[in-house]
Amino acid sequence: MNPPKGTAAVNSPTGTARGAPFDLDAPWGLHPQVSVRPERFGALLYHFGTRRLSFLKSPALLSVVRSLDTQPSARAACAEAGIGPAELPAYARALATLAASQMICGRTGS
Amino acid sequence: MTVTAAPLAEEFRYGLDAPICLTWELTYACNLSCVHCLSSSGRRDSRELSTAECKRLIDEFERMQVFYVNIGGGEPTVRPDFWELVDYATAHHVGVKFSTNGLRVTPEVARKLAGSDYIDVQISLDGATAEVNDAVRGRGSFDMAMRAMRNLAEAGFAGFKISVVMTRQNVGQLDAFKAIADSFGAQLRITRLRPSGRGADVWDELHPTAGQQRELYDWLVAHGENVLTGDSFFHLAGYGQGLPGLSMCGAGRVVCLVDPVGDVYACPFAIHDAFLAGNVRGAGGFAEVWRSSELFTDLRRPQSGGACTSCSAFDACQGGCMAAKFFTGLPLDGPDPECVRGFGEAALATADAAAAPRPSVDHSHRAAPASRGSSARHPRQPVPVSIGPRPAERRGMPDRACDQSPLAGFAPPAAR
Repeated sequence: MNPPKGTAAVNSPTGTARGAPFDLDAPWGLHPQVSVRPERFGALLYHFGTRRLSFLKSPALLSVVRSLDTQPSARAACAEAGIGPAELPAYARALATLAASQMICGRTGS
Repeated sequence: MTVTAAPLAEEFRYGLDAPICLTWELTYACNLSCVHCLSSSGRRDSRELSTAECKRLIDEFERMQVFYVNIGGGEPTVRPDFWELVDYATAHHVGVKFSTNGLRVTPEVARKLAGSDYIDVQISLDGATAEVNDAVRGRGSFDMAMRAMRNLAEAGFAGFKISVVMTRQNVGQLDAFKAIADSFGAQLRITRLRPSGRGADVWDELHPTAGQQRELYDWLVAHGENVLTGDSFFHLAGYGQGLPGLSMCGAGRVVCLVDPVGDVYACPFAIHDAFLAGNVRGAGGFAEVWRSSELFTDLRRPQSGGACTSCSAFDACQGGCMAAKFFTGLPLDGPDPECVRGFGEAALATADAAAAPRPSVDHSHRAAPASRGSSARHPRQPVPVSIGPRPAERRGMPDRACDQSPLAGFAPPAAR
């Protein structure tokens, strides 16, 4: 049985609903069906399961997304990318949006 | 705040490293003879890319990280190597969305298609009834499309697309199209009729009236993101509220067309030498055409909006569609022929219709369908015929709509 195409039926154990607070201390990762293409302004993301495009509007956000998989938490990924405390809330909002569209999803374990 | 960048549309105007939406017409061969065919398809061109050349092009798309290609034609499934190429693309991380009239979508094929996450299908349908559809697409084409959709639905392929070109005859059927899509668990996608290819011959009779444009716009606003548009109605943004998606012409910036013989055009609706950027058979391949052709470099420079820049709607509509202007004989820095403020109609009234650029190549079946009539802009006239060898080089016309939205499924920006 295939998941319905284009309807985002993907498991996201710790995925957040749009607008819900984002858990910075949880482990996150790029969804396995998402492809990332760096561009001058940041990057383009394409999800082959939901068939949706998304945009990372800065190279710094791209760095954060790229290090999610290897860091124990989103907070650690932000620190790794050099994001200061003052900027953290904005990045958490950006990551929440990416989680809502399933571009990133929770990893099990840490 | 470093997350904030210039609006994406601004970034896109300067072009991307690779297209977001790339339309690839695999063949000019088609079992149908739709009166509005963008690529004047019908007969195969002997210079069409070989299987090996197609695979090399897919390799290039993979290197450029082109996420997916919108495959059309002609009817792409009539190529004997069609499924081989689809499998090759998906194995190389290039997703495939292909447009078909349903010819080859048997129950068995439908099951195979439903089994892949990397394949999406668009069934073309231009009437919610056989009467309206077949007048444009040919007798029997409605039944063929409906059969294909039934096969897809029964195979469990949820969310395939039903692709409709909006005409004067079918704007009133919008709710009926939506009902058909809903009944199959499919998604409705509607796009704009362009005066491209054979569409130039029928545009006067088929393009929606001003009243219908308003009706269409209101319907789109009411249905929001549930209905796809390929962002093709951005000229309607002049009514006020913008529509979901990208309000700009993506030609050569985020969109382009590769035709069956490998020619690269700025967009699927602009198959004319004036919009030909190069050929994938050239030394630098597709990447070089995309990144450094003279035409695309030009298109990525700031464009002049001409007289339109003084209009209060210009920020919303951006002057409309380049191809629609070009093939109706209007200047590229003037209003769209379907300008919602009526400036296009006024411009058309004084434009020299006979001087409008005509497609230079035509792959139409030689026995043209009876429904292909004359129009006020291009009256049927005796055709001067000279006897001699066939032209050695026939330029290809693209086909099927780029139907593809540069931003199909545009998701809210990650950060603002």
